[in-house]
Amino acid sequence: MSSTGNALDTPATVRGAMFDTNELVINMGPQHPSTHGVLRVVLRLDGEKVVDADVVIGYLHRGIEKLSENRNWTQIILLTDRMDYVAAATSNVGYCETVEKLMAIEVPRRARYVRTILCELQRIASHCLWIGTHAMDIGAMTVFLYAFRERELILDLFEEMCGARLTYNSMRIGGLPQDLPPGWDKKVLQFCDIMTEKVTEYEELLTHNRIWLERTKSIGLITGAQAVALGLSGPPLRGSGVPRDVRKDEPYAAYDEMEFDVPVGTAGDTYDRYLVRMEEFRQSIRIIRQAMEGIPEGPIVGKVPRLIKPAAGETYHAIESPKGELGYFIVSDGKSTNPYRFRVRPPSFCNLQGLRPLIKGHLIADVVALIGSLDVVLGEVDR
Amino acid sequence: MIDTLLIPFLKILIVLNATLVAVTYMVLLERKVIAWAQSRLGPMRVGPYGILQPVADAIKLMLKEDITPVRADKWVFTAAPIISMVPALIVYAVIPFGPTVSLFGRQVTLYITDINVGLLYIVSVASVGVYGIILAGYASNSKFPLLASLRASAQLISYEVCVTLSLVSIILMSGSLSMVSIVRAQESQGLWYMFVQPFAFGIFIIGSLAETNRAPFDMPEAEQELTGGFHTEYSGMRFALFFLAEYANMIVVSSVATTLFLGGWLRPFPGVAALSFLDFVPSWTWFLIKSFVFLYVFIWIRATLPRYRYDQLMRLGWKVLIPLAIINLVVTGIVKVLIS
Repeated sequence: MSSTGNALDTPATVRGAMFDTNELVINMGPQHPSTHGVLRVVLRLDGEKVVDADVVIGYLHRGIEKLSENRNWTQIILLTDRMDYVAAATSNVGYCETVEKLMAIEVPRRARYVRTILCELQRIASHCLWIGTHAMDIGAMTVFLYAFRERELILDLFEEMCGARLTYNSMRIGGLPQDLPPGWDKKVLQFCDIMTEKVTEYEELLTHNRIWLERTKSIGLITGAQAVALGLSGPPLRGSGVPRDVRKDEPYAAYDEMEFDVPVGTAGDTYDRYLVRMEEFRQSIRIIRQAMEGIPEGPIVGKVPRLIKPAAGETYHAIESPKGELGYFIVSDGKSTNPYRFRVRPPSFCNLQGLRPLIKGHLIADVVALIGSLDVVLGEVDR
Repeated sequence: MIDTLLIPFLKILIVLNATLVAVTYMVLLERKVIAWAQSRLGPMRVGPYGILQPVADAIKLMLKEDITPVRADKWVFTAAPIISMVPALIVYAVIPFGPTVSLFGRQVTLYITDINVGLLYIVSVASVGVYGIILAGYASNSKFPLLASLRASAQLISYEVCVTLSLVSIILMSGSLSMVSIVRAQESQGLWYMFVQPFAFGIFIIGSLAETNRAPFDMPEAEQELTGGFHTEYSGMRFALFFLAEYANMIVVSSVATTLFLGGWLRPFPGVAALSFLDFVPSWTWFLIKSFVFLYVFIWIRATLPRYRYDQLMRLGWKVLIPLAIINLVVTGIVKVLIS
């Protein structure tokens, strides 16, 4: 991440007060329990106050973009699993839709409904992981285990659906790999009932908790304009009051047929980002219920050529992943069976840019709260 | 000979061993209770329902390599865990587990000693423990432990003020510093001080949570921020000593709270004669039950609450609890004078 005045420089001596004090440089990560993966933050501290920070990324770089340029179009689906590994199905959907857009393939309505359901289940799973780790960073460890208990149910649903629990490879270009297993719809609805109850349970533990309020209110304030300037998306952007949601603004899958609200915050602090995501739990459940009710019968794969080889051209397509706007930019030269250029706009990477301005001036204890509040996944940041 | 040497020696032996066993099982209890709160099972492998877990833990910790970092201050590094463990143990000298009972035809007191400044002794000895933490952070010669130990010292010192102030109002009520006399005073006044001094009780509980570094005030070892806190560089048995000291302190605080606010070994409602059928229960059982309730609440709080931030904790201590304790003290004094 670009930075003027590297935090790794020799600490400056602060003159003032009664004594000369030295700034302390502390290295957080890449193996720190609360940087959620291999994020490294170099902090310059004045006492416990963060004077400046340097966010160092790249510890999980696997070259997925370059790798994709040497794989055929179907093989890439599997690579997209490895980006946001807590919301793999969303990445799958995003990629497949981009290729479909490039090739102008019509996806059957049933497949689009299933995609919507999977995306929303995945959003709940991802938010479960977020609320768990975020609360854990602030010291409320019970929420962590509660949230993982519910996430487990989603993983079970996915396992039944596509055989995997984390990296699903659950989409195909033009539709689905297989139809829904029998009885799956009932289980999903059952899960919706459980989840509705459990979200209330998390909120009981946190939303009106005095300590939680003190730890999150007016911490990491960011205005809507600043958030837009930083390129934030998803809950961090909506927490600042900007009602931008790709699902509403540029509907994909079957979102144009769903009724749901886009929750926005007012102040743009950690608490608002928390509230936005808590409301998204409920909206996701609402969408799943609608989609389950309205799911049509019919084919699950559209008319896809045997050899996927899009005509020369380029396209950008974005979807709303649990972390924010996940976009794919793909160039095809029309000659080979692999993309000429494959580029991802990962929400985690862009949201992480907000970290440095956010943590400046806060205390060291807020740093972990803010990392949690941005909800980044390092697999997606580094790719 | 028997009265002056053997019996005190036996008592010390029993209290010390019972405490250490209690401390190890406290760890298991905490793991179990938190596990139940989080819909898990907790330790289940060692022995039925994991009841031998403390034994396994002890063996593991003793067999671990004891590392002293090269750049650490060796002597201080070694002394720090001892300094934090010993005060936690010697406080038990003045805690009355029960009144005088006759055992094998002998009158035996169920406390090691009853000195006339018992409460002062507890407050002063318990505050020595903080040196262990400061020195550990300093001697480790590492940034994270240093930050954590600075937090710890500031936290402990500020919360000691409000805890001690809340104790002074108890002294005003009972007119004595001796732990046994304080219980006797509650017996003669017929009411636990918890009901007479609810504010002092509340302040004491909050303050002692902070003093024992328990959630939501477990700043010095905030693992999410400081990767383990002041004992980051410690391993093996020395680490275990810090760990045990924390739990020993929890038991001390619960015992003190029981003695001062819940009438020590007294049965519930000592002034109500209609409940005297409860007297068949041995007095020390009441003491243990009450202490257990406190310990359970400590664990429960840990499973429920998020953590305060350091500056918020200091604000709470200095701007809320200390003024409240002082007001409580003044009001107690005025009421006391008016009544007499």
